[in-house]
Amino acid sequence: MHSNAFDRYHETESRLHRLDPRVKVVMTTLFILSNALLPDGAWTAFGLAWIFLLWANQLSNLGANFTFRRSFLALPFALAAVSAIFSPLGNPLAEWRLGSLILIPTDYGLIKFASILVRSWLSVQAAILLVATTRFPDMIHAFEHLRVPKILTTIVSFLYRYLFVLTDEVMRLLRARESRSAAAPAQRSGRSVAWRAKVMGNMAGQLFLRSYERSDRIYNAMLARGYTGQLRTLNPHVMKSSDWLFAALAIFLILLLQLIGRL
Amino acid sequence: MQSSPAPLHIPDGFLSLVISLIFWAITASMVGIAISKTNKSLGEKQIPLMGVMAAFIFAAQMLNFPVAGGTSGHFLGGALAAIVLGPWAAILVMTAVIAVQGLLFQDGGLLVMGANIFNMGLLTAVIGYGLYRAAAGRNKGIRYAAAGIGAWIAVFAAALLTSLQLWLSGTSQLQIVLPAMLGVHVLIGIGEAAVTVAALAFIEQTRPDLLDEKATAEKGGRGWVYAGIVIALFAVILSPLASAFPDGLERVAKNVGFLGMGQSAPFEILPDYTIPFLGETALSTIVAGAVGALVLLGLMIVIGQSLRKKA
Repeated sequence: MHSNAFDRYHETESRLHRLDPRVKVVMTTLFILSNALLPDGAWTAFGLAWIFLLWANQLSNLGANFTFRRSFLALPFALAAVSAIFSPLGNPLAEWRLGSLILIPTDYGLIKFASILVRSWLSVQAAILLVATTRFPDMIHAFEHLRVPKILTTIVSFLYRYLFVLTDEVMRLLRARESRSAAAPAQRSGRSVAWRAKVMGNMAGQLFLRSYERSDRIYNAMLARGYTGQLRTLNPHVMKSSDWLFAALAIFLILLLQLIGRL
Repeated sequence: MQSSPAPLHIPDGFLSLVISLIFWAITASMVGIAISKTNKSLGEKQIPLMGVMAAFIFAAQMLNFPVAGGTSGHFLGGALAAIVLGPWAAILVMTAVIAVQGLLFQDGGLLVMGANIFNMGLLTAVIGYGLYRAAAGRNKGIRYAAAGIGAWIAVFAAALLTSLQLWLSGTSQLQIVLPAMLGVHVLIGIGEAAVTVAALAFIEQTRPDLLDEKATAEKGGRGWVYAGIVIALFAVILSPLASAFPDGLERVAKNVGFLGMGQSAPFEILPDYTIPFLGETALSTIVAGAVGALVLLGLMIVIGQSLRKKA
């Protein structure tokens, strides 16, 4: 499988791509934190936060609406927040009857619901921009610099590396099942749900054993190539003055957002 | 080419800051313990193994099987990982899986990742391993039953906790979100249980050495059994009660002074994210934000330091 299927990194030359990954990781986290801190209904601040995002998009040379186009990932989860509309804390706006259920949307609830959606939508865009402008190994390295325990970053780098290989295994397993599951038109192939679950369980077990045994071979191959317990990278990751400058500017803007949201 | 998103990956913005930080703190300390435990008990050879196993869980989540009416069951894998790898290793593996899902695919947020790891990694590992460990050394039927029940309750408990977090954050009304989440996951959990048992049966046939009594007992002490059973019982007893009488739970929470936490966020430490003595000013918010950020940073540094000494 081609790595593009997974990797969300977009190769271009831009200010944001060149920025130190640590700065990007911390700024993304701060931006998401800032969204969480903004009070419900701080529309001006939310709007400005979006402009901040558009600016960052622009810096990335990927086009100002790059993240916007990909930002509807979290929408299915919005269902969970729908019930916030019927919060008992505000003034009732209407009364809907659904069978025995009486739903009373309130102004407070509506603002709460919209704020949750906007927050999540902004946060998802920031995360999309982060992975689109940072190579994954660089991001892992940044987390290492940020004192995330080494064993975790190592596990994550292995996960990333073998994801493609194991996805190929999954594809093979699925293709094999597919080719054995012929069915006449308008008829279902296979037997009961339990039987199908068993087939999938066998596939999962098969995949597990292949992965387990593969990890043995991988480890031996790594030892043979001089693995000493840590992964190395060629990128030096030194904070330049432009990185500091960008970080300072972004922090200033985020603080400004908070200030405006509170006025 | 994405794992179909289970409705358990909470995105950013859906949990209040307070809840997010509390769960980050719990998760970070549990993961810290898991790291020191695995550092002690496992050789460096185990690290590639855990990495590949994490990739396995990730890839296995792409397997799905049609259930009925266009829905398909798919796999969380926390219980299976805990049974085969042991609970501490499974916690690290699931942490890595959820971190990559959140970072790379935005399947689950960053600020709420602590809660996501807790729900889908820690909880499933404790329940899955605890129940299976209780049946260690018995015959196959009993062990498989324990594994299946463990997997089912693990999914169920994760859904229960997710609903409670959403409710405490003021995102969802309990009487709506709880029946909806639990209703869906009772079914998803059955699929999870079936697949977990079938996968175990397959592994038992081909590599029985991974699953025998000694291997299971080596991975964790008897404490896991009690923890697993207590949490599982808690989830099983609480959910029907809470689904049937959400008002009751709400009243209890209100009496204990729990509910205010999210609903209008008059929380004790940072009420409305302002510092009490600074009043409701912009400065106060900024200070509150800085305090939140410092708490996070402090946690990261403390964990990093404690690991550095051990490593």
